[in-house]
Amino acid sequence: MQPGRLRLIAASLAIGAMAAPAHAATIQIVMENMVISPAEASAKVGDTLELINKDVLVHTATARNGDFDVTMPPKKTVTYVLKKAGAVDYYCRFHPNMKATLKIEP
Amino acid sequence: MFVRLGAAIAAMTLLSGAAFAQGKLTDPQIAHIAYTAGVIDIAAAKQAQSKASNKDVRAFADDMVRDHEAVNKQALDLVKKLNVKPEDNDTSKALSKAAADKLAELGKLSGAAYDKAYVANEVAYHKTVNGALEKQLIPSASNAELKGLLQTGLKIFQGHEQHAEHVAAGLK
Repeated sequence: MQPGRLRLIAASLAIGAMAAPAHAATIQIVMENMVISPAEASAKVGDTLELINKDVLVHTATARNGDFDVTMPPKKTVTYVLKKAGAVDYYCRFHPNMKATLKIEP
Repeated sequence: MFVRLGAAIAAMTLLSGAAFAQGKLTDPQIAHIAYTAGVIDIAAAKQAQSKASNKDVRAFADDMVRDHEAVNKQALDLVKKLNVKPEDNDTSKALSKAAADKLAELGKLSGAAYDKAYVANEVAYHKTVNGALEKQLIPSASNAELKGLLQTGLKIFQGHEQHAEHVAAGLK
């Protein structure tokens, strides 16, 4: 990589760090055609889940351990900030064959 | 055309297979069949909402009403947009007739026997419709948007079939 480009990236990272806590990231989870992808994702407490429902149906992202239960209307995106650490299996309450795992680090 | 679904319906209703010896299905006919198949499952689910005793069966019935109404709304929006008038046909008629008979048959059952019979029929019905979508309706559809909606429908209904199988396994 060219040194100039690296400086530019470093500069934009610094700006990003000023705007938000350094660790906060956005993780996209897509629900389409009755499938959650990716089936396994990693995140940290404080990260934002962007739950994108591309189906014409209502879906939910429901943690089996009860940590979260988010409803996504058809063709809508809902965001949710992760609050608790843990390896969480989640599914759609309306379509229980839609399953995925999220590893949330502290 | 439509041999598989035709044969299944013929078996259910003892209709002659000749009733299905029609030519290639047109888009207005395909739209009508797909919509009818949804209406049938909504009617079955509404019966289940009032008759089922098991909570998983009731939840499944709620899901069927919600999803099939959503998909059928998409179908109506699409035919309106494409300016296609769904056309009644022998396959739609046979499907409706078979479904009315099944509804009457299920209506005579109650309790756990009803729950089992409803879910077993949902597994069989989704299997039949998914097979017809995959092998007949999707390949026959000419309009790309109609084909796309049928493909989306197939993904959704395959999910329903798995869900129904899961509920059925829990009833044993």
